[in-house]
Amino acid sequence: MIPLSWYLIFAAALFCIGLYTVLVRRNAIIILMGIELMLNAVNVNLVAFWRYVNPQLIAGQVFAVMVFAVAAAEVAVGLAIFISLYRRRNTVAADEVDLMKW
Amino acid sequence: MTALQILFIIVAAVTLGAAVMVANSRNLVHAALWLIVSFGGVAVVFALLNAAFLAVAQVVIYIGAIAILLIFAIMMTRHITGEKTARFTTNHILALLLAIVLFAGLVWMLLGWSGSAALAVPLDARADPVRQLGAALVAPDGYILAFELASVLLLGALIGALMIATERK
Repeated sequence: MIPLSWYLIFAAALFCIGLYTVLVRRNAIIILMGIELMLNAVNVNLVAFWRYVNPQLIAGQVFAVMVFAVAAAEVAVGLAIFISLYRRRNTVAADEVDLMKW
Repeated sequence: MTALQILFIIVAAVTLGAAVMVANSRNLVHAALWLIVSFGGVAVVFALLNAAFLAVAQVVIYIGAIAILLIFAIMMTRHITGEKTARFTTNHILALLLAIVLFAGLVWMLLGWSGSAALAVPLDARADPVRQLGAALVAPDGYILAFELASVLLLGALIGALMIATERK
């Protein structure tokens, strides 16, 4: 049997790699990939707690389904913004888009 | 060490390795393909946790929709994101440090928590989690409000993405 802590440590590692990707890359599309990795780590945590604490309550899986929906909405709008940005400014590098930076 | 534990360790290693490759690969299409490997690994982890519906949904939504959408976006913005431009921001040492400190803090906290050694509760043989999930999503005393809100959110995202990405004359 696999103890709960294995899943939680796996999710923590996946979340930290996603965070590192978001912080370190210049390309906005890769930053979006890092966000997806972080959302996946959160889902692993939700499902692991559902399975190990109370499998009769289905709430953990319902939350994971909601995270799926939010992730799909976020990636659709994000990529639309990047394509619009590419058309206007001819770049998708996050550090070159500083119009609103004081 | 049981077969299940060995399987988990292999899957976790592949998933985390693929995630590291996403963070480091120079070619954006390769990064997207490594991302697909990582999503597949998470789907296997869901299957190990007896969440059959989520394992299938992970493959359909993340690999089938999100990863393909990302590859389309990479293709459309490709020739300015080639191999000559810098991959990393200037503060990547700081970012690496932050990620390692966060991971170490989380692991330290987990090791101090008494519930972290818990083993899986045996599933009721008669209960069907997929059926339960479907019923909970549409039951009035369940999560129907959240379910409807999610569908409105998706509709809003659809219209918003069309509005933003359409080229105005």
